[in-house]
Amino acid sequence: MRKSSLMVLATVATLFIVSWIFKGIALEDIYESNYLQGFLLTFSAFLTLSIMSFLYKDNPFYKFSEHLFVGVSAAYAMVVGFWTTIVGNLVPRLSESLSNFFQIPYQEGTYNFFYYLPVIFGLMLLMRLSKKHGWMSRIPLAFIIGTTAGLNFIGYLRSDFTNQIAATFIPLLGAAGEWKGIGDFFSNLSLSAGGQLVMMLSNWVIFLGVFCGLIYFFFSREHTGLFGKASRVGIWILMITFGASFGYTVMGRISLLVGRITFLFKDWLGIIS
Amino acid sequence: MKNSLADRSSGGIICAALITIFFFSGPLHSQEDLVSLSVKKIAPPSSLLATDHKYDNGNSISLSWVPSIDDALMNNPIVAYKLYRSSNDTEPNLIAELPPGSSYFLDNGVSTDNSYSYSVSASTNAYEVLSNRTESITPQSEWINYNKKYLFLMVMIISGAIMYFIVSAKRGKELFVRKIAGLEAIDEAVGRATEMGRPIMYIPGIQDMDDVQTIASLTILGRITRTIAEYDSKIFMPVARSLVMTAARETIKASYQAASRPDSYSDDMVNYITDEQFGYVAHVNGLMVREKPATVFLLGAFFAESLILAETGNSIGAIQIAGTARPAQLPFFIAACDFTLIGEELFAASAYLSGEPMQLGSLKGQDVGKAIAMFFVLLGVLAATVSAAWDIELFNNLLDNLNELFS
Repeated sequence: MRKSSLMVLATVATLFIVSWIFKGIALEDIYESNYLQGFLLTFSAFLTLSIMSFLYKDNPFYKFSEHLFVGVSAAYAMVVGFWTTIVGNLVPRLSESLSNFFQIPYQEGTYNFFYYLPVIFGLMLLMRLSKKHGWMSRIPLAFIIGTTAGLNFIGYLRSDFTNQIAATFIPLLGAAGEWKGIGDFFSNLSLSAGGQLVMMLSNWVIFLGVFCGLIYFFFSREHTGLFGKASRVGIWILMITFGASFGYTVMGRISLLVGRITFLFKDWLGIIS
Repeated sequence: MKNSLADRSSGGIICAALITIFFFSGPLHSQEDLVSLSVKKIAPPSSLLATDHKYDNGNSISLSWVPSIDDALMNNPIVAYKLYRSSNDTEPNLIAELPPGSSYFLDNGVSTDNSYSYSVSASTNAYEVLSNRTESITPQSEWINYNKKYLFLMVMIISGAIMYFIVSAKRGKELFVRKIAGLEAIDEAVGRATEMGRPIMYIPGIQDMDDVQTIASLTILGRITRTIAEYDSKIFMPVARSLVMTAARETIKASYQAASRPDSYSDDMVNYITDEQFGYVAHVNGLMVREKPATVFLLGAFFAESLILAETGNSIGAIQIAGTARPAQLPFFIAACDFTLIGEELFAASAYLSGEPMQLGSLKGQDVGKAIAMFFVLLGVLAATVSAAWDIELFNNLLDNLNELFS
């Protein structure tokens, strides 16, 4: 290890210990186990800063945090999966003795032979570990993919197709009874949010957006001529939508950053109240 | 005259006697009599009808009744309608309390194993009057939901179109698919990685195999890895779901076999990292800066990690081809990647890349669906506009029918 690296490591370790002690003393009136709480807070701040250090470049502190995060979360996901899905859902429906073994209440009257199917499929998936019987894992995979495709077909047909079409049946000249001729329209022109003009414009944007968007996603014809122009309108509307969405989501992300900075400056350093 | 005086005096005596009786005989009715009189003043709900709710799995019964006639009075004394259900002729239980004016209720708390009878009462603040009890009824389950007949029609039309085009493609008919910019760049991106001697990174999103975007992504992966195998380039694929790892290994293995390079395949090409979203992101970011892939594919279902991954890929100078059907993440890919497959293009990509009749036919069939959508959008907007502006009966009916068709 280079001398400079050792210097950095020693500095960080010293800062960590100093922060731990100061935090422990500061929490004396709040917690009984103040030094443990001080350690946890300091460690959280260290991990936060380690992850943020990636903005500078890849470094050992980032690697440490990354591997800790991956290891802990993978193990946690596995334990949660086992205890909520297999023990929590399957065991109490299949076997009383196993329920007793795991010390969970047996759900009498819920037994169904079909509950063995996920057990069998799960075991078949594990057959991947065997070179000889690895082919068996393809059967549950095919089942999952086929079932997903079949179930989603109807769901998406309703939500993304029929409902979307029905939602586009909107009047382009204002709500029922609003249109009283071109003369009346211009004489009562108003830019109020609920006014006829704004509503008309809004409906026209929806209609053109849906129609031209559909043209953009039409793959059976080259996008040339009038068709191409409509397609361009479609992509423009999409891009404007994405721009608005970008700004909106970035604002959401900023609030996450504010959350972490608040943790560092308020909970850890205590600089802000 | 005498007679008339006598008549008058006797009439007066009778009146006086009646007045005396009136004042000294106490109230006209007892308290119970008053209540019973009041009860009689409110009419009960009538014509209660319990019928099996059609086209369900036997878990609901429809109830309808004619509200009490007192419900329509100016000073409506009725505060609620109370519904009682008796299961297998046992003691009735209150199942719902509905506001005045109600005349319908759908009871979803029944099963095909029992029979049920119902009664409804009109309730004031002081008392309630019950309707007659219905005959016992047992709910039935049906195999076919006729309320979804139009949806079935849509499925038939689109599926029929898909099958027609698949058969046409299999018979050798040329099916035209327009160029998709992002896909044209795939071979170039793989070639670039080969020339630079650096690996290719493929990220299939963070969703499991029950997401169609992940399935589409793995289909594209099959085509890309075939090119990678032919070029003898390297690929590595960190995944966030164990099932995706299994499916991806199968896909890559099949591609390497198809490219006649089964020996070049290794299970290490695909690695499970963690299910945790940001744990996965932290590791993939680290991998990117350490392995420095020349090309990064981000195809599948992405969430908040999309911009972090795409920005890191951009910072290492990789050529990036991204695609997702999640509208909220598309802006980030468009901003940070070289090519982006927008929504439907992700699903079209696999057909476009493979050129297989099955997938091309499917894509063309979906285009028929889009053409139908465009036609009905035009028709619906026309009907809605004319109906709202000029109230023409023909267009009113057309709009109603279209709404029924697509609702």
